[in-house]
Amino acid sequence: MANKFDQNDDSVVVIVGSGAGGGTLGNELAQKGVKVVILEAGKRHEIPDFINDEWASFAQLAWKDMRTTSGTWRVHKDFPNLPAWIVKSVGGSTVHWAGASLRFQPHEFKAKTTYGTLAGASLLDWPITLEEMEPYYAKAEYKMGTTGTNNIPRLPGNNNYKVLEAGARKIGYKEVHTGNMSINSQPRDGRGACQQIGFCFQGCKSGGKWSTLYTEIPKGEATGNLEVRPACMALHIEHDASGKVTGVVYADANGQHQRQKARIVAVAGNSIESPRLLLNSASSKYPDGMANSSGQVGRNYLRHMTGSVYAVFERPVHMYRGTTMAGIVRDEARLDTSRGFVGGYELETLSLGLPFMAAFLNPGAWGRPFTSALDDYANMAGLWIVGEDMPRETNRVTLDPVAKDQYGLPVASVHFDDHDNDVAMRNHAYKQGAAIYDAVGAVRTFPTPPYPSTHNMGTNRMSENPRDGVVNKYGQTHDIKNLFVSDGSQFTTGAACNPTLTIVSLAIRQADNMTAMMKRGEI
Amino acid sequence: MREIDKRTRVSRRTVLRGGAAAVPAAALASGGFVAAAISADAAWAQDASHLTPHTMASLVRMARDIYPHDHLADIYYVNAIKPYDAQAGGDAALRTMLEEGIARLDADSQNRHGVTYIGLAWEEQRVGVLRANEDTPFFKKVRSDLIVTLYNQKAVWPKFGYEGASADKGGYIHRGFNDIDWLSSV
Ligand SMILES: Cc1cc2nc3c(=O)[nH]c(=O)nc-3n(C[C@H](O)[C@H](O)[C@H](O)COP(=O)(O)OP(=O)(O)OC[C@H]3O[C@@H](n4cnc5c(N)ncnc54)[C@H](O)[C@@H]3O)c2cc1C
Ligand code: SF4
Repeated sequence: MANKFDQNDDSVVVIVGSGAGGGTLGNELAQKGVKVVILEAGKRHEIPDFINDEWASFAQLAWKDMRTTSGTWRVHKDFPNLPAWIVKSVGGSTVHWAGASLRFQPHEFKAKTTYGTLAGASLLDWPITLEEMEPYYAKAEYKMGTTGTNNIPRLPGNNNYKVLEAGARKIGYKEVHTGNMSINSQPRDGRGACQQIGFCFQGCKSGGKWSTLYTEIPKGEATGNLEVRPACMALHIEHDASGKVTGVVYADANGQHQRQKARIVAVAGNSIESPRLLLNSASSKYPDGMANSSGQVGRNYLRHMTGSVYAVFERPVHMYRGTTMAGIVRDEARLDTSRGFVGGYELETLSLGLPFMAAFLNPGAWGRPFTSALDDYANMAGLWIVGEDMPRETNRVTLDPVAKDQYGLPVASVHFDDHDNDVAMRNHAYKQGAAIYDAVGAVRTFPTPPYPSTHNMGTNRMSENPRDGVVNKYGQTHDIKNLFVSDGSQFTTGAACNPTLTIVSLAIRQADNMTAMMKRGEI
Repeated sequence: MREIDKRTRVSRRTVLRGGAAAVPAAALASGGFVAAAISADAAWAQDASHLTPHTMASLVRMARDIYPHDHLADIYYVNAIKPYDAQAGGDAALRTMLEEGIARLDADSQNRHGVTYIGLAWEEQRVGVLRANEDTPFFKKVRSDLIVTLYNQKAVWPKFGYEGASADKGGYIHRGFNDIDWLSSV
């Protein structure tokens, strides 16, 4: 397909990645009349292409290019080359996200001030407050059609939710409902309502769930200002003698190197590829990688304190029927250090199909203790734990000194060790999760270890002081005026909630500020 | 609530169509039952062209011992192991790994019990031999492959009460997404 915008057109904004951050920013800019080219490494798979089959869908959508790992996290042992579950496809991880859309709590923008200094943690306050974010959260919820906001009714509870709710109420939890989900509970914005298909992680075949693939991107394209180039992998960013970025070199579908000139470059490849791209863009002017004078690019990698609890009951549950994550208990998200840790966590319904359950229930396990659990698959209920994890300088994405990808570039290597606070919080959550299910007659519960990371954050963090992070409060890099970061890697800290609503809100806000800076002639 | 029938159904139609999702023809040869137990004499073991029948049979035994589900017939474990034969044809290193891996299990078993691995009558004894080998690359490979080759067979899904694809059936909105009926009694 011919390019819409000329590769020598240096008035375009080039965005790397078409997911939650990149896809939203692209549409927002296009609506304001700014010309945008999105480079997306993955192909364009539309709704009819999605497959209701876990492994086949994984093969179709997931990022499978080489990555390496190290550290004491169990993912390193069980899935050494799959640190994260991220989509490589137009729409990015919003193709397979579950839709849970929560706002940060006020104190979660002030983690350092609130939690104080913790040994082994590099806590920092965000340079923004909840009050500043509120109008953007509201815009994002409206855009995404989040249930429980804008008078949109919540989704009906499925079997898995009903078990969670009954157990949670029995042990005294109060804030229990089917969540704030960016999934249509009724037709809205030209998309139908959720059909309770149950394959939210494999791409929503009804289109009821918000994804940039079939909302932001086509809306942006309709303005004539947005061009998405699928199967185009950004390799490095270029700059001129003054240090300003001038364009992006990428490999097209045939592996040919191409160069797109740019007025501004915005990096939104998710929190492993974004720092990798900056590090792979090292030059004689920027020997440690782009925007990395602080040495913070790739550091403070966050993945949320997670884990799951599955429980077996005497009678069937069929947890896989219906919306995967429409169910939440929020009581433990509060700040209450008497529990033995700072921060908090949410409990959200989760189900996996039989193939993924076999792979993730207890990776590496075998024999009857394991198979007897699967034998009761139909009688299982499940929940996922999402808690705030502590940033650590040593949890980081670096360039692997040996492994190269198909383009000959060093791959990302992800190092992670749990902080003691993460471990204390996980143990608390395992206990509470099991108590919920025990209260409604569970005969067996399983404290299931974290999966490859689905929430990746923090590796180009926002900071007031350029010494402490990579970008300022607008996602603009401290070092280079016309280079931005637009995805979850901007997070200063992770809060106790799913990240995408905040990523989308930041992208809407960034579009406002970027266009204002353009008008003022600053960039 | 709507429950799943976990029994194996062998309808005339699936036999006539040779439906891949149903029990394969081999399993029906003797009237719907798998003829031989897991042994090197079984047709599927004798049919192997790159691995020895003994290795094939031992691998299937091993698959059952690693992931034992008493409600699954042997044929699903045979299906899970069978692809190794063709792969071993094009991959000498794999063939060596599998043949030597089984030889080592046999040697271990001979040392402890005086019979080969597959000759051990009690699962407990066979599992003991496997445990002693669970850190070998051979065991790790077979175990991790089985996670996909066994559990990703669509024909086994209903036996665990998993219904698979649902979009083509209109999702679960009218098929029991919220039909749990026993919670009020606990
Ligand atoms: C199973 C699952 C369920 C989830 N459920 C939820 C949920 O309920 N709620 C929630 O808030 N979050 C959820 N998430 C997380 C959510 O999907 C991500 O946080 C979010 O999509 C991240 O947005 P992003 O813009 O940072 O990156 P992404 O959406 O991942 O987009 C990054 C894109 O950049 C592309 N890219 C990367 N590098 C390059 C390059 N060099 N050149 C070109 N393109 C490149 C990638 O191919 C990808 O398409 C879930 C994730 C998973 C895996
Ligand atoms: S359950 Fe609803 S949101 Fe999830 S895939 Fe199905 S229709 Fe989409």
